[in-house]
Amino acid sequence: MNHDAYPDNYIRSILNSVKSIAMVGASPVNVRPSYFAFKYLAQRGYDMIPVNPGHVGKDLLGMPFVASLSDIGRPVDMIDIFRNSSHIMPVVEEALTLDPLPKVIWMQLGARDDAAAAKAESVGIKVVMNRCPKIEYGRLSSEISWMGVNSRTLSSKRPPAPTQGMRLSLNRMSVGGGDTAASDRAAKNKTEQS
Amino acid sequence: MSDRLPGFSTLAVHAGAQPDPTTGARATPIYQTTSFVFNDADHAASLFGLQAFGNIYTRIGNPTNAVLEERVAALEGGTAALAVASGHAAQVVVLQQLLQPGDEFIAARKLYGGSINQFTHAFKSFGWNVVWADSDDIASFERAVTPRTKAIFIESIANPGGSITDIEAISTVARKAGVPLIVDNTLASPYLIRPIDHGADIVVHSLTKFLGGHGNSLGGIIVDAGTFDWSTGGKYPMLSEPRPEYHGIRLQETFGNFAFAIACRVLGLRDLGPALSPFNAFMILTGIETLPLRMQKHCDNAKAVAEFLAGHPAVASVSYAGLASDKYNQLARKYAPKGAGAVFTFSLRGGYDAGVSLVSKLQLFSHLANVGDTRSLVIHPASTTHSQLDDAAKVKSGAGPDVVRLSIGIEDKEDLIADLEQALGA
Repeated sequence: MNHDAYPDNYIRSILNSVKSIAMVGASPVNVRPSYFAFKYLAQRGYDMIPVNPGHVGKDLLGMPFVASLSDIGRPVDMIDIFRNSSHIMPVVEEALTLDPLPKVIWMQLGARDDAAAAKAESVGIKVVMNRCPKIEYGRLSSEISWMGVNSRTLSSKRPPAPTQGMRLSLNRMSVGGGDTAASDRAAKNKTEQS
Repeated sequence: MSDRLPGFSTLAVHAGAQPDPTTGARATPIYQTTSFVFNDADHAASLFGLQAFGNIYTRIGNPTNAVLEERVAALEGGTAALAVASGHAAQVVVLQQLLQPGDEFIAARKLYGGSINQFTHAFKSFGWNVVWADSDDIASFERAVTPRTKAIFIESIANPGGSITDIEAISTVARKAGVPLIVDNTLASPYLIRPIDHGADIVVHSLTKFLGGHGNSLGGIIVDAGTFDWSTGGKYPMLSEPRPEYHGIRLQETFGNFAFAIACRVLGLRDLGPALSPFNAFMILTGIETLPLRMQKHCDNAKAVAEFLAGHPAVASVSYAGLASDKYNQLARKYAPKGAGAVFTFSLRGGYDAGVSLVSKLQLFSHLANVGDTRSLVIHPASTTHSQLDDAAKVKSGAGPDVVRLSIGIEDKEDLIADLEQALGA
């Protein structure tokens, strides 16, 4: 996978297929991005599991915190890592000990570890880096359009009237799949320079 | 779902718009409301904290305006956009995110006269200091860079002379200086030039001109290219540092490659207040649907009129980059191969008096201070838009006393040429 620019179909198939998501680094502090990404994904119907050793014994929106991935005790489809790039590798290594393996490892906006990604991909796990699943879900459903964001999708279909907690359709026509956007080129140039 | 890239005309009609979920309305509804009801207290808190997608108050966002924003972002190839009340408002909001009092920005000397006034006088009172450079001398931009420089500002096609700016060369200077390049793309529109493809980090427009296109609605817009890294060196604290008004959120960390557009909305528009009316957004959106058709006609007409003027004995010179003999023709071929725009100037052998006489004799061209209308327009910049500049500055910005500016409309070109012929000849 080219991690500088993901085709929309790649992201779309992940968000359409995974049901359970363990979020490593989920925060109970309601102004942290991990908190509101967790809340948004839970409202869109994902089975969310908060992972943070500092908050065991508490819960996040009714879901009990677990200390580590191996403490989840049931299969998870996707692991969403809300940690800095330097803390990614141990989480991926732990994920690779799970049985069954997760289908997807997702690293948050700003986080990227190519060596960890290669390790996960070598055993057939799909990897997404430096993206936010809340933003991508909002973009592909066009829900994010309210704030003037270019969803890079089109649709002539009448969407259902929104209600709280509903799943949204992500199956809109893509405008280029993100592989030509100037921002992706800029991100690539930045990676090459650093 | 295939990842196919639709063309420009398809985006001009469809981007950002879908049938209304409640009524099925296919045209974008005008959401003429100040405010939006919350589901409950928790929903309200999430919206105010920038944690959920949704509408609060039209000074922060509005569904009609959002369609306009996404459409222009798509046409320019940006990550997000913010619509505001005018092109001038767009410039204030952009620079408020980038400059602290005492900071500097570099601007091309060839600019719309209104921008020259705004930068020279209004921004000075905010402590934002403009340093002028010459688009024909790229090294003058490099020489102007200091540790306090926070941005570079240029026009893609410069008003009033219609000269073409070497965006790529200036973007190289900006990248080296570690500052964003802001391009005012009003006179080109994304149909002719997409500055982001040439290295722009931020694009601004007066929507009032070719995008709206019918001379009936004011508006401005800011497009975030998503290309600039705001986190380095604490140079752009509005984007990189925790914002006290939003519980310590860091905008770049939270919003990634559209953080600048969000900063303009939640720090600029929210607090400075130049919101666009949803009615104007609707009028401008309707205009954008025909942008590709109109813009090509504008350009084709402009070239025909410029060629006619260049051969007329009363005309001393024509400054139109679409003419093969023009100084900027090479740049026009590179940056605007479909046409060099429809706003240009020419000078009369008879000087100032001949300019005044021409304007008074024209029957089809309207004498007014706008450009980018379906109608053809004429103005004498030295006595109007550029009248507040001194004589030397007038000449430098391409608005000397003998200069007349035209904005060519989408009428039949034969009628435009006949009108000019009678006004020049009599």
